[in-house]
Amino acid sequence: MSASLLIHNARLPGEETTVDLFVRDGIIRTMDEDAITEAADTVIDASGLILLPGFVDLCCNLREPGNGQKGNIASETRAAARGGFTTVCASPDTSPVNDSGAVTNLIRDVARSSAPIRVLPVGAATRGLAGELLSDMVGLSNAGCVAFSNGTHAMANARILRRCMAYARTFDLTLMLQPVNQALAADGYAHDGKVAARLGLLGVPEVAETASVMEMLLLAEETGVRLHLGQLSCARSVEMVAEARMRGVSVTADVAMHQLLFTEEALSGFDSRYHVVPPLRTESDRKALLKGVEDGTVDAIVSQHQPHDSAAKQAPLGVTEPGMSTIESVFSLGLSLVAQGELSLKALLRALTEGPATVIKQASGLASGGAANFSLWRLDDTWQAGPQTLLSRGFHVPAPGRDLKGVIHWNICDGKVAYRRS
Amino acid sequence: MTELAATPLSAHDKASRNLQLTADGQLRHFITLDGLDRAMLTDILDTADSFIEVGERTIKKVPLLRGRTVVNLFFESSTRTRSTFELAAKRLSADVLNLDINTSATSKGESLSDTLLNLEAMASDMFVVRHSQSGAPHFIAESVTPGVAIINAGDGRHAHPTQAMLDMLTIRQNKQQFEGLKVAIVGDILHSRVARSQIRALQTLGAEEVRLIAPGTLLPADVDSLGCTVEYDMRKGMADLDVVIMLRLQKERMEGALLPSEREFYRLYGLDTDKLALARPDCIVMHPGPINRGVEIESAVADGPQSVILNQVTNGIAIRMAVMSMAMSGQVAERTSRSRQQGGEQ
Repeated sequence: MSASLLIHNARLPGEETTVDLFVRDGIIRTMDEDAITEAADTVIDASGLILLPGFVDLCCNLREPGNGQKGNIASETRAAARGGFTTVCASPDTSPVNDSGAVTNLIRDVARSSAPIRVLPVGAATRGLAGELLSDMVGLSNAGCVAFSNGTHAMANARILRRCMAYARTFDLTLMLQPVNQALAADGYAHDGKVAARLGLLGVPEVAETASVMEMLLLAEETGVRLHLGQLSCARSVEMVAEARMRGVSVTADVAMHQLLFTEEALSGFDSRYHVVPPLRTESDRKALLKGVEDGTVDAIVSQHQPHDSAAKQAPLGVTEPGMSTIESVFSLGLSLVAQGELSLKALLRALTEGPATVIKQASGLASGGAANFSLWRLDDTWQAGPQTLLSRGFHVPAPGRDLKGVIHWNICDGKVAYRRS
Repeated sequence: MTELAATPLSAHDKASRNLQLTADGQLRHFITLDGLDRAMLTDILDTADSFIEVGERTIKKVPLLRGRTVVNLFFESSTRTRSTFELAAKRLSADVLNLDINTSATSKGESLSDTLLNLEAMASDMFVVRHSQSGAPHFIAESVTPGVAIINAGDGRHAHPTQAMLDMLTIRQNKQQFEGLKVAIVGDILHSRVARSQIRALQTLGAEEVRLIAPGTLLPADVDSLGCTVEYDMRKGMADLDVVIMLRLQKERMEGALLPSEREFYRLYGLDTDKLALARPDCIVMHPGPINRGVEIESAVADGPQSVILNQVTNGIAIRMAVMSMAMSGQVAERTSRSRQQGGEQ
C-alpha cells in the first residue's frame, strides 16, 4: 500500500516556526520547515495545531477477551487513539488470562482487524495470574508479548517471585510488576491515613507497597532481571528506585496519571470512582511522584485505563471494582499539571513517549525515516469528559464535568488516520 | 490537591450537610454526624427528651408517622438496634416491615441497587439501614428517589449516629452540659463505628477532651487526625474523667493477631473497680452493649452505682423516635415544596 499523507504548517510545542511532514507507507519521509510539494493522497492543513509524537501506554486494560460489558479492543483502542496514543500495552488481566499463546494470538488478531493503533500484549508472568506457577514466558514472547506482568495480583511468596525473575532473566524478558505485599494490603481499599481513620475505611498501609518494592529491588539486583515497577503510589518507593538505580540495578518505573492529581481526600465522599489500586495517598506522596517524573526517576506515566460498566461502581465503596476510564483524558490531565506549574511539558511528554517506549524497547519520537506515529492538538481549547463525549465504554472518568485543556484533532498511527475530530 | 481534585476532607462536612439537610436546614436523612452543627444535635436531644415521656404513658403512641411505611433494612444481623428502631417506629404509629437481607435477596445474587428499586416500588417512606460496608447508607441516600428518608443504623466501621446520640442524651441527663467534660473511649476504636460517631458528637457538643485509650493495634492509622488525645496506659488515662465509655471487644480480634488474649486485654484495658477509682468520683460508666463481662468490664462495675448502661437502652428508643420524626417531617416539607414548584411550572 502506498497511501501518502501530507501535513502542512504544524507547530512543535514551544517553537514558533511551522513544519511540514510527508508520510508514505507508514514512514515519515520528510520533515522540515519548507513546504513540501510532493502530491499526497491526503492533505491535512495543520495551521494552529501542535504536533506531538504518538503516546505509548504501558498499562491499559482493553477488557477483551471476556469482559465485553466493560469494553473491547475496538472500543478501547479508539478511545486510546482519541487520547493521543499510538501504542498501548494490553494488560494480561483478561478472561481468560493472557497466559497462553492462544490468547495472545486472539488479542493480536482482533487488534489487527479492529484497532486503529498498535496493541502490544503483555503476558501473564504466572498462570492465571495466581502467583504460583510460571507461565510459558518464552512461548508467549514468541507469540508477541512484549513484557510480563502479574496484573494487580501479588506473587504467592518471595520464592516464586525470585524464580520468576531468574527465569525471565535467562531469556532476557522484561517483568512489569505492581509491587504489593498482599498480607499487608489485606482487604483494604483506601490509603491507611486520615480519611480512612475518619470514615472507617479499610486501609492499605504505605508499607504494603514499600516493603514489596524493597523485596523486588533486592531480588532484581540478585537475579539481574530487567524490572519495571508499575503504578507506584508512595514517595518512599520513588526514593528506593532512585537509590537502586545508583547501585546499577536494572529498574524502571511508572506512575498512573491519577496518582499525580488526586490524594486520599478524593474518597472523602465515599466516591467509588476514586477507588483505585494502589490507593490514592497523601499530598506529600503526590508531590514526590511528580518530582520523580520531572527528574526522570519515574520513566513513564500510564493511563491504568480500567473501563467499567455502571454496575461495577454502583455499590458501597468497599465492594466496588477498582479503576477509572482514563485513557482519553490522560494528556489533558497532564496539561492541567503543566498549567499549574507542577510538571514541565517536557517531562510530561517524555513520560508519555520515549520513557515508556524505552521500557518495552520500542522506537519513539518524530524523525525522518521513523514511524509516522503522531497527533495534532489545540492545546488551549477545552473539552469535558462524560458519557456524551467519550469513545470508551467506561464512563467513570477522573474530574467529571470539569473543563479539560487540550483537544485532539488528528491521530496518525503508522501513517493512517487513527482518530479524526468530527 | 490540584484544581481538578475531588472533594477534600474539609469540604466533606459541607457535602454531608447538603446530603442530610433540606434547603432550609431541616433533617431529611440521618447518616452521619459529620456536617451537623451543635444546634441540630441539641435539637435532636431536646426532641428525644420530649419522647421519653411517651414511653412512660399507658398508651405509648403518638401519631407522627401514621400511614407511613418504615422498612428496617438490615444487611447485618442485630437484635437490640433493630428492636429499638422497630419499637420507635411503632410508637410513632408507622407501619413497619423488617427485612433481614442476609438471608434474602443478596444471597440470591441481587445487587443492592436492585433490592432498593424493588423496595421503593412498595412505596416505602423510610429505610433504616444497617450494612457491613462503610458508606452504604451514603450510597443508598444518593441512589434512592427523593422522598425516601435514610436512617443509618450502623455502617461498617464508619458511623452509628443514633447510638452516639443516645449516648449524648445519657451524658446530658447525668452531667447537664458538655462544656468542661473529659470523656474517654476505651477499647477497640479501630473497628468501631460507635466510637467514630461518639468522637464527632462530643467534639460538636463542646466536650473539653475526648481521650482514646487502647493499644496501638486497636487504633486507626493517623489517629492524631481525629483531634483526640491518645493514651496507651489506662491507669493514667482514667485521671480526671467525667465519663468513661467502654467498647465491645469482638472475639475475632485475637485471631487477627491484634491482641494476645482476652485475659491480657482485661488486665490492661478492662474496667474494674480499681481502675474506676482513679477517675472522678462522679464519673459515669457507659457501654453501647452487648457487654462482655470479664473481658472489657467487670460485673461489679457494669451493675454498680456509676453505671448508666440500662438508661442508654431506654434513651435509644427516644432518640430513634426523634430522628425518625424529624427526618420524615423534613421529607414532607421537601415534597410539598417540590409539588408547589411543579404546580408553578404548569
